[in-house]
Amino acid sequence: MTAFRTPLKVVRGLGSAREGTGHWWGQRVTAMALAPLSIWFLWFLAMLPGADHATVSAALGQPLSALLMLAFVFTLFYHAYLGLQVVIEDYVHPRALEITLMVLIRFAAVLAVLSTAIAILRLIFIAAPRT
Amino acid sequence: MDFPADRNRGLKMATRSRPLSPHLQIYRPQLTAVLSIVHRSTGVALCAGAVALVWGIVATALGADAYACFSDFAASIVGRLLTAAFVFCLVYHWLNGLRHLAWDTGWGLEIKRAYATGWTVVVLAPVLTALSLWCLWT
Ligand code: HEM
Repeated sequence: MTAFRTPLKVVRGLGSAREGTGHWWGQRVTAMALAPLSIWFLWFLAMLPGADHATVSAALGQPLSALLMLAFVFTLFYHAYLGLQVVIEDYVHPRALEITLMVLIRFAAVLAVLSTAIAILRLIFIAAPRT
Repeated sequence: MDFPADRNRGLKMATRSRPLSPHLQIYRPQLTAVLSIVHRSTGVALCAGAVALVWGIVATALGADAYACFSDFAASIVGRLLTAAFVFCLVYHWLNGLRHLAWDTGWGLEIKRAYATGWTVVVLAPVLTALSLWCLWT
């Protein structure tokens, strides 16, 4: 049966999960992005001259910090979602619970990223948020 | 499942010399295995940290009251312990993550290298954690 497929087709055939190396590669690409972004994140926190509301709002409302923070949070949740999927596959055996958890972490990750995006946009566009 | 024709199957399987997978309770822990499970644990712990980060960002955008609630918690003893744990997990997972990425290029898979990089992570993780916390809190 498979003899009629070229090796390339077999590779593209995406295996039993029908997604090939996509998941694995996604975890690596997000890891590569997180490596520098994590350093920036720790540096950003350490450089805040104070932890009061005005300082933090101003810092996060600055375009470059806003961009990097959003990039960090987005990448982190993508990476965390892919990672948690593998952990759930390994340890959660009742199929119904497994699927429920998979859907829940997906919803949670999307909500987390969208909330962060809205919060950061608000900090950019409303320079001084109402107190 | 026990088929009548193969009633001695269990005995045969027990007596044949076949490789066994490690029996975790009696298996001497090896550095590589321990680092691997810690990578997974720190990854899961970081997910909780990620949610706390979103809390902080959203609270900042909501205003001074919501922010005060977050920053009071972060400055409390529990908050500081959790921050320290988060930073440790990030540093460890970061270092060991680089190890993973190196393996994916085919580098460092020999037993000797795997141990050398493993011990490097063991030494660097606490040092860099302490350094980061010091920068963060002073
Ligand atoms: C900052 C937040 C991060 C979170 C929440 C996070 C979370 C996770 C989770 C849950 C896993 C799955 C663990 C497993 O399957 O055993 C994972 C795996 C992984 N992480 Fe992260 N991670 C983060 C940062 C990083 C960084 C900065 C790097 C790279 C320097 C990285 C590299 C990796 C790699 C390479 C894997 C795959 C390990 C494997 O295949 O077993 N992660 N991460």
